[in-house]
Amino acid sequence: MNWGTITSGVAGLRTRGTDLQKRIRGLRRRLTLLLAVIGPGIITSNVDNDAGGISVYTQAGAQYGYALLWSLIPMTIALYVTEEMCARMGVVTGKGLSDLIREEFGFRSTFFVMITGFFVDLANVVAEFAGVAAAMQIFGVNKYIAVPTAAIIVWILVLRGTYRQVEVIFLIACGFYLAYFFSAILAKPDWMEAAKHTVIPNLRFQSGYLVMLTGLVGTTIAPWQFFYLQAAFVEKKVNPRQYPQARADVLFGSVSCMVIVFFIIVCTAATLYASGHRDINDAGQAAQALIPLAGRGAGILFAFGLLNASLFAASILPLSTAHVICEGLGFEAGIDHKFKEAPIFYWLYTVLIAVGAGIVLLPHAPLWKILIFSQVGNGIWLPVVVIFILLLVNRRDLMGDYVNTLTFNIIAWVTAIAMIVLTLVLAYTALFQSAAPAVTH
Amino acid sequence: MQLYATELMGAEAYDAQGNFVGRVREFFIEPAEQANRVAYFLLSRGKFQPLVARHDQVASVAPGTMRLSVGERALALYQPNEAWLAVQKDLLDQQIIDTSGRKVVRVNDVDLVEFRTNGTVELRLTQVDVGLPGAVRRLLQGVVSPGVIRKLQSKLPQRAILWEFVNLIEPDPLRRVKLRITHEKLEDLHPADLAEIMEALSAAERQGIIASLDEETAAAVLAELDARLTTQIVEKLDPEKAADILEEMAPDAAADVLAELTKETSEELLEEMPGQEADEVRELLTFDPATAGGMMNPEFVFVGEVSTREEVLQWIQTQDVNLDQLDTIVLLDSAAQFSGTVAVARLLLAAPEQQLAELKTEPLLSVPVDADEKEAFELFDKYNLRMLTVVDRDKHPIGTITVDDVVSRLMKK
Repeated sequence: MNWGTITSGVAGLRTRGTDLQKRIRGLRRRLTLLLAVIGPGIITSNVDNDAGGISVYTQAGAQYGYALLWSLIPMTIALYVTEEMCARMGVVTGKGLSDLIREEFGFRSTFFVMITGFFVDLANVVAEFAGVAAAMQIFGVNKYIAVPTAAIIVWILVLRGTYRQVEVIFLIACGFYLAYFFSAILAKPDWMEAAKHTVIPNLRFQSGYLVMLTGLVGTTIAPWQFFYLQAAFVEKKVNPRQYPQARADVLFGSVSCMVIVFFIIVCTAATLYASGHRDINDAGQAAQALIPLAGRGAGILFAFGLLNASLFAASILPLSTAHVICEGLGFEAGIDHKFKEAPIFYWLYTVLIAVGAGIVLLPHAPLWKILIFSQVGNGIWLPVVVIFILLLVNRRDLMGDYVNTLTFNIIAWVTAIAMIVLTLVLAYTALFQSAAPAVTH
Repeated sequence: MQLYATELMGAEAYDAQGNFVGRVREFFIEPAEQANRVAYFLLSRGKFQPLVARHDQVASVAPGTMRLSVGERALALYQPNEAWLAVQKDLLDQQIIDTSGRKVVRVNDVDLVEFRTNGTVELRLTQVDVGLPGAVRRLLQGVVSPGVIRKLQSKLPQRAILWEFVNLIEPDPLRRVKLRITHEKLEDLHPADLAEIMEALSAAERQGIIASLDEETAAAVLAELDARLTTQIVEKLDPEKAADILEEMAPDAAADVLAELTKETSEELLEEMPGQEADEVRELLTFDPATAGGMMNPEFVFVGEVSTREEVLQWIQTQDVNLDQLDTIVLLDSAAQFSGTVAVARLLLAAPEQQLAELKTEPLLSVPVDADEKEAFELFDKYNLRMLTVVDRDKHPIGTITVDDVVSRLMKK
């Protein structure tokens, strides 16, 4: 017997083993690198699909079928361009957006941005809890039980968890958006038709159509998300070397957000629009109307998606708002602090949830007025925030070589101006015309 | 009289003849001359080039107005100067480190006090306002009359930091030198407090602080910081400085840092370190982090079991040992194998001629170098240990695990 070959064979096997181990370790290393960074972009973009957003997408599909699908591609670009700037600022400067506004534009500007933010976000929180109420109604749960329970769950989730744990829960919530994918499949849409409308623009100059278009843009790109996104990257201590991963996270987030919007519109277009149920006002009604058309499963999935989105946004919005305000005005902030160390942070957080949920429970709550206020508020607040972002991201003393390139600046300014015009139009129509998406009650 | 920077920003300045000169837009401190004196006032004059008034050219200061003791022609034209600390640009709204409260805070306003010297008035910084009164002043200045603001702020809770406890954060090393910013006060803080302060800062600011701390403090801070931050900082440091800092760290902590770096960087830093330290760290790096070997510190105090208390005490006096951390001594038998441990407290009560073997702690516990970390945790839990000896295959002690290693491992889970 030739012992020599056998031992060398064993040795070869062994080196191959360590080779494999090394390769696995390399892969694991790269994966941990990616996992250390991802999260903020995916979470932020998906929270855009909150209760208010889903209502508007539902109406878009119900009233115009597939005709508005083309707007998703430019919207993805706008979302990515604006979010990417914030991600870049967070990664490069290591400071939150409110910190930067405070340091570069002074106390007074910061104060007004923060105060506006508080009220606009409060209105948004109300909309989220209204979404919880509507979704739970489909499951046969009374809002007087559903909303307080949701408020308490949200409150405890954030106060008891660490940033890491909370982020994992949020990422799981992002996964639940797939409910809309299945509910779209159950609706048996004409996929070819949908694909065609996605790539071929179909611009109609009718006032209702244009208002719906502005509504889509306005609800998808909300100003508070920029603060959240940047703060999340800062909190994760992502450094410029990891910027490519951060950008990938933002890109994936923007695209996945729009894919979900696509499924929502396709689902409602294939059912509600096709069967003539075109005067749908909110996502709750849509879920109800889906049951006879596409089966109980589709309706339940749709409502589950709404519940998930509402709870998700209701957890993030108050947290992000309290964080941003405290940071900008110089109070201690963050869930890693104890109540005693950051009392103002925790009070703001609690007030936002308690008042937000409380308003939904009022017997004759003017919910639709609050929805309008949240849209108008977003519309007024957005231009200010986007202009601050553009000014900051072009400052070489802050950003070094990471300032916008000329091409990027052109895209960014065009996007910003288009967004500003659209949201101002939306705010105007919401205030003065009853044809705005959220005002059709 | 007590004055506030906010009240003076935008104040109208008049010269000795009573002519309007311009508006105060900025104050400068010249730290090289005096750390708390407002040395220069920037007077802006619309489209004309701004002027500067020196501290000995000011006759009086009140909210909203400033009178000079000289004519307009005596004032110099403004030239930017990196060695001047600008109150508005470098201080207001910026973050500073409060070395007495041991945290990072944001400046709302700056409190000044008048100081009269033969005919002129100097303003001196007394404290920075980080509370509500400053915030209210910033918000309402120019909207409501100063009298009303002063009345309002007197009702609010004060939060201010004395100027001598303010540590400025300046990432640019050249400017830091020009402004005479040292981090001596930070070096007096506990490393754990300093680490927490560092977590609240941005990457560039952290880097600036670590680079200017002495190696010993820097090492202690890095050992306390989150592993990811430590890696980021060490990667960006000048390799020579990084190696100096690693050398100051306990070998197990240094190994933990190096294990997170890429192979090339880690090897480069080891090359820079002196031979013996580098070898210790290299050896530690070969252990799987999740084993006893990956947790242990190879630097520990060991003596022969036949030595007497007197001999041991004398020996310890000649050694460079961290006495705050020394609570257990490892014993070796004649074959240099592990034979037990002695609690330092036992030495207090022992007779001078007593041999250490008689003072051994029961039961005899040790853990093999390749044992899973869980095994070590269980021993700590079961026997309420403060220290556990790690032995190699031949029973030679090669390192120790202390309870703080266990706590920090468990905290990370």
